[in-house]
Amino acid sequence: TKFSQLSSPPPNFFGGASRESLKMEPLADCSLLPGEERIIDKDIIYICPFSGALKGKVFITNYRLYFKSADADPAVTLDVPLGAIGRVEKMGGASSRGENSYGLDITCKDMRNLRFALKQEGHSRRDIFDILFKYAFPLSHGLLLFAYLSQEKFEENGWSVYKPMEEFRRQGLPNDKWRVTFINANYELCDTYPTILVVPFKATEEDLRKVCTFRSRGRIPVLSWIHRENQAVICRCSQPLVGMSGKRNKDDERYLDLIREANGTAKLTIYDARPSVNAVANKATGGGYEGDDAYQNAELVFLDIHNIHVMRESLKKLKDIVYPNVEESHWLSSLESTHWLEHIKLVISGAIQVADKISGGNSVVVHCSDGWDRTAQLTSLAMLMLDSHYRTLRGFQVLLEKEWIGFGHKFANRIGHGDKNHADQDRSPIFVQFIDCVWQMTKQFPTAFEFNERLLVTILDHLFSCRFGTFLFNCERARDTNELRSKTVSLWSLVNSDLSFYQNPFYTPESNRVLYPVASMRHLELWVTYYIRWNPRIRQQQQSPVEQRYIELLALRDEYLKKLEELQLSDSSPNSSHLSNSSTPNAASPTQHITHLHTPF
Amino acid sequence: MRMFDGRVLLKQVILLFWPLISTWVQGAEKIDSCQLQVLEMLSSLGSAGGKSAKPSFVSYVTPEEIKSEKEPSRKEKHPDLLPGEVVFCSASTVLKYTQDDLSQRGVFGVLLCTNFRVSFVSDEEPTEEMGQLFKNKLYGENDIPLSCVDNIYGGSEDKRKLITGGLVKNKYPSKMIIHCKDLRVFQFSLSFSKEEDAKKIFQGIVHHCLEPKSLRCLFAFSYCENTSYPEAQRKKQTVMFDSVEDWTQDMKRTKGNCRVVSENSNFELSPKLPQYFIVPKNVSDEDLTKYQGKGLPMWCWSHHSGCALFKTASIPLVQEDNVPQTYMEKMLTAVAHNHLYSVKTEDLSDTLPTVQDILLSYNKFKQFFLIDNTTEFWMSDMKWFSSLDNCGWLDIIRQCLQKAVEVVESLEKENTNVLIMEEGGSDLCCVVSSLVQLMLDPYYRTLLGFQSLVQKEWVAGGHAFLDRSNHLHLKDKVESQSPVFLLFLECVWQLQQQHGPAFQFSETYLTVLSDSVHVPVFTTFLFNNDGHRDSLLRAESPHTQRSPLNCPTVWDWSVQFDCKAQDLFTNPLYTEKPKQDTSVRKSYRPRHLRQLSLPSSAFKTPPKKGFFKDEADNLKKILGVKRLSRWMLSPSSDSPQTSSSVREFYEAWQTKPLDYHGLLLPCLDGPSIRVWMQRYLRWIHDVQILGGGPVAMLSKVSEILGEVQELQRQLDRHGCTLTSNHKGARPRAKTAAAVIAARSSVRLSSSFPFVTSRNWAFKPAIPTSLLQSLMVTGMPGNLADREDDGGPESLV
Repeated sequence: TKFSQLSSPPPNFFGGASRESLKMEPLADCSLLPGEERIIDKDIIYICPFSGALKGKVFITNYRLYFKSADADPAVTLDVPLGAIGRVEKMGGASSRGENSYGLDITCKDMRNLRFALKQEGHSRRDIFDILFKYAFPLSHGLLLFAYLSQEKFEENGWSVYKPMEEFRRQGLPNDKWRVTFINANYELCDTYPTILVVPFKATEEDLRKVCTFRSRGRIPVLSWIHRENQAVICRCSQPLVGMSGKRNKDDERYLDLIREANGTAKLTIYDARPSVNAVANKATGGGYEGDDAYQNAELVFLDIHNIHVMRESLKKLKDIVYPNVEESHWLSSLESTHWLEHIKLVISGAIQVADKISGGNSVVVHCSDGWDRTAQLTSLAMLMLDSHYRTLRGFQVLLEKEWIGFGHKFANRIGHGDKNHADQDRSPIFVQFIDCVWQMTKQFPTAFEFNERLLVTILDHLFSCRFGTFLFNCERARDTNELRSKTVSLWSLVNSDLSFYQNPFYTPESNRVLYPVASMRHLELWVTYYIRWNPRIRQQQQSPVEQRYIELLALRDEYLKKLEELQLSDSSPNSSHLSNSSTPNAASPTQHITHLHTPF
Repeated sequence: MRMFDGRVLLKQVILLFWPLISTWVQGAEKIDSCQLQVLEMLSSLGSAGGKSAKPSFVSYVTPEEIKSEKEPSRKEKHPDLLPGEVVFCSASTVLKYTQDDLSQRGVFGVLLCTNFRVSFVSDEEPTEEMGQLFKNKLYGENDIPLSCVDNIYGGSEDKRKLITGGLVKNKYPSKMIIHCKDLRVFQFSLSFSKEEDAKKIFQGIVHHCLEPKSLRCLFAFSYCENTSYPEAQRKKQTVMFDSVEDWTQDMKRTKGNCRVVSENSNFELSPKLPQYFIVPKNVSDEDLTKYQGKGLPMWCWSHHSGCALFKTASIPLVQEDNVPQTYMEKMLTAVAHNHLYSVKTEDLSDTLPTVQDILLSYNKFKQFFLIDNTTEFWMSDMKWFSSLDNCGWLDIIRQCLQKAVEVVESLEKENTNVLIMEEGGSDLCCVVSSLVQLMLDPYYRTLLGFQSLVQKEWVAGGHAFLDRSNHLHLKDKVESQSPVFLLFLECVWQLQQQHGPAFQFSETYLTVLSDSVHVPVFTTFLFNNDGHRDSLLRAESPHTQRSPLNCPTVWDWSVQFDCKAQDLFTNPLYTEKPKQDTSVRKSYRPRHLRQLSLPSSAFKTPPKKGFFKDEADNLKKILGVKRLSRWMLSPSSDSPQTSSSVREFYEAWQTKPLDYHGLLLPCLDGPSIRVWMQRYLRWIHDVQILGGGPVAMLSKVSEILGEVQELQRQLDRHGCTLTSNHKGARPRAKTAAAVIAARSSVRLSSSFPFVTSRNWAFKPAIPTSLLQSLMVTGMPGNLADREDDGGPESLV
């Protein structure tokens, strides 16, 4: 029953977290993370949709489900963090006829389903079902999430990646128009906002409190990003509480005007991420949008991005056409009917509009209903387009910490960490959609990002895994209450301890360059290596051939340079000494230009 | 007074182009004297030309006034004519619209029609040549070779009418829209030209682009009479397959064992048959001409196992008597006997789309890229995927690739001979046989190898290029028009996309090749077969008694591009096969090469080589069975089976480590078959990714490749011999210096090298129509109306 460490696992096949698992301490049968404990082993049949029924053994720990086939060659393994499991169901009954009709059906959050069959005699699935149900949904059973049990140690402490004051200082804040306020230090102004906020210099604390009453859930307009040269700002907030009667609020109106005034913008642009019909409909529940007559110095633009329910259904449809088999007949029409890429297009083109306005020197305010889903998508994508710092490995972490985690994207509700209620209407792949948008950008600008696709996949894997504290809870306040930062490890600890793994060799830093992706269906493509990665027919290359070739050439260049230097040292001819000055082997600067090497022979 | 008129005109022009000028001035780093003059003129005319002034064609200046003003300079405005090029007609003060928007902006200039092209020469001083590194020497960005004109539309205001020739007597539209076969779109306004000129140029263009003409009128003939090309140089590069030696060589290279037929060298057997070709050894002399070459198995390529691929034009089985049947049986025996293996036959007419299907589908497909204006483009964006799906073009590509994989499987896994056939034997047979060879033989993935393949399968193989492109606009040939060769290039592009490092040539090379089909200069694409070419070139020769007219082939790339531009034809990802393996290839590939020997678990051991005693009878039985299962039955009935077998074959191949110098198979799954972005999107401004696209990555590879090559040169100078294990990685491809040069001067875009970004204002394209309604419909339970955070009960 004992099996050794896998010699060559099919790339990416078991758990996206494959890279780390190679580093695990080999314990007993299966390598466990520090703090991970075995719960149960069982002989089982995995009904693999690609290779058929496979006999093997399943191991369940408090962190993962691990399966290894006994008879297949090459061995088929599954390594699924329990956090990725969305739903566990019994399949068939004791009296079910047919082969492999009695077992478990597991729906995962990461675009796959697993099906296991067991022997029908003796209620053989009862224990494994109960254990799986309990440990996959610990919060529903009074247990702790694995992040609180993990004993992992890393060289880097990821919790120190983002320091709000440092980030504001980097942007040149505070300045004479914008000030830092600690009014929310105890989450009294807004319980879903971070503690440190930047607001117009002229707005008093009293003003903020008044505005707070007119914005849904107290999420007042605050600064997310400022353009260094033209001082145009991106502010984010929630919808105004206009309601059916069309209420107005002088403080809110004045406050928005202060934002406009700060850099002399003639007309403040308010981007309402929603379709206009939805914005109107929201009046019925007390919300709404900024009316023309109330906000005279503002123009309102609706960006037509749909709500969390639409996005959830869209991804569900996408899963239907790619898992387990890629829809064959009329693939493109099927893809279109999921609308997934259409939504991506709308989000990206919304962000382009925001970025374009800012580049033109006009300040903008972005909101949706509550300002934690679509708003976060738009502000963070626009910032990614505008500010090259966010395109670096660490800068991107800052962006996520700031715009998503800090400003209270409801990760706990949207993902449903450790929660058994799979049908919860609050769940939605908003963050997945955002990462997809980032991927589309990296695809269109392959040299503009310091990080590679692996980072994006790793982020999405640990969005579900519950191994790290990074994406747990809905807001900073909840994180404080649950002592998240002292009791769990940050995902960035893992990433920053092995940065080279996540680096894009083609990265060419170009500060001050605004990236405008093309938001046309012609250029948007399905992220096959994420959504269809479980399908072995989609060739999983660890490295793209272009990347491989580039790295080969870099190595070759360094080798030649070294050889040349050696030759020149031994060669006392003065003619050749100039070369060693101008060129030093340096893999980190692939931008070195050929002209540096020209020799006047 | 005269001076004053000129100023008025200039003011008009400035008003028209104000948006352009303003962005141009803003974007320019230094304003040269010419621009300063414009600016001075503008300020001296007052500030009437503000940004808000919408250009309008309700002109204050009558066309006559413009005409008289333009007259003096008119004579100088013509393109640099090529040898043998003659101007038919021209008109001045034609406005060429800028393509990318609906506004009425444009550039004035002279529109000409010559025996080679439609040409627009701008009145403006030509902008700096920067970014013009990929210039075509034969035609510029404002030139359309006559054979490249696809459709002409006449337009007035909002309406647009297809011009079909003949019907244009005495009338001309105010606006002329030209759609090109290379997918460019030109829009000209004729309303500012003299009426007579406008009529003439319109009718001239319509006449020369759309009316039937004789082959001798094609530009190639007058061009070649006035130029001379050194033939010797070309000879040693691409194998032309116009001699016994070329064919013998190729057969030897693949260890084939057939008979080279040279009896047709003067087209004595048949003008329809290739000048030289190869048939199985047992085909007798009288067999050669029995059905005008129909049913004659033409050798394409031999697999290292000894089996081979043949193609043939099928004999229609309509006759009552059994003669063709017996003949076919004889031919099949010849194929099998020669190689001691079984034979599979595949009638492509039954399993692949017809040439008409191909044309219909392509005509739908190309419309997505012939964009008249931005609004239209964004309108179509939402339904892009389903439109693409519905036109079926990608599916046709997939079917051709799949058929090729099936043939590869037979050769590679089952080691059977394969005879593909169709009516004519020179369309889909060419597509499939060339694809099979590309997948199996790495030689054809080199640049010269690929060109030789096209010569072998398409040119010598008798693909009717002339009829398929219908350059002559003959009414009786409309039916035979079909972009079969383009379909082949599309399939090659798919392979190249999936296995980049396996190909020595680049995507740009394929795009340029696809464009060159419509440049009526190269003999490669002007004829229907060898005999046709020979008779015409002889007839046209100035020295009647001596050699035929010497015309360039498309492979003489220097006719179109200089060396620097040609550097873009090589793929920086390609590495040559390591040296030590070359010797292996010479002594022919042993069976143990991993990627070439796939598990044949599902199959019984293939028939062994060697023929003993009564195996001849066995063979006949095998033949009988094979023929029944494949020849008589409708192959469509077993298509699901074959597609699953192809999938198995692909999966088995996929689990092996990938060798770019071994067998290559395409993935045929939905997401893997894509649109050839460079070719189809290159002219559409709104989808250019400025500073991005795959070229951003490839240019970095080229850059570093250049450095490595420079270092190698230096090391060589130092007399340093590099160890042999470096030879493999050692790049021998030419430096893509052009790419590097381009990088420093212009920001590359995704349409590199076809469009350079110099003229573009740095503004993002924002979809103009975000049709929300499209999405809201069809949502179950109308989720769209729901609030973000709340269960069903909080539904509005």
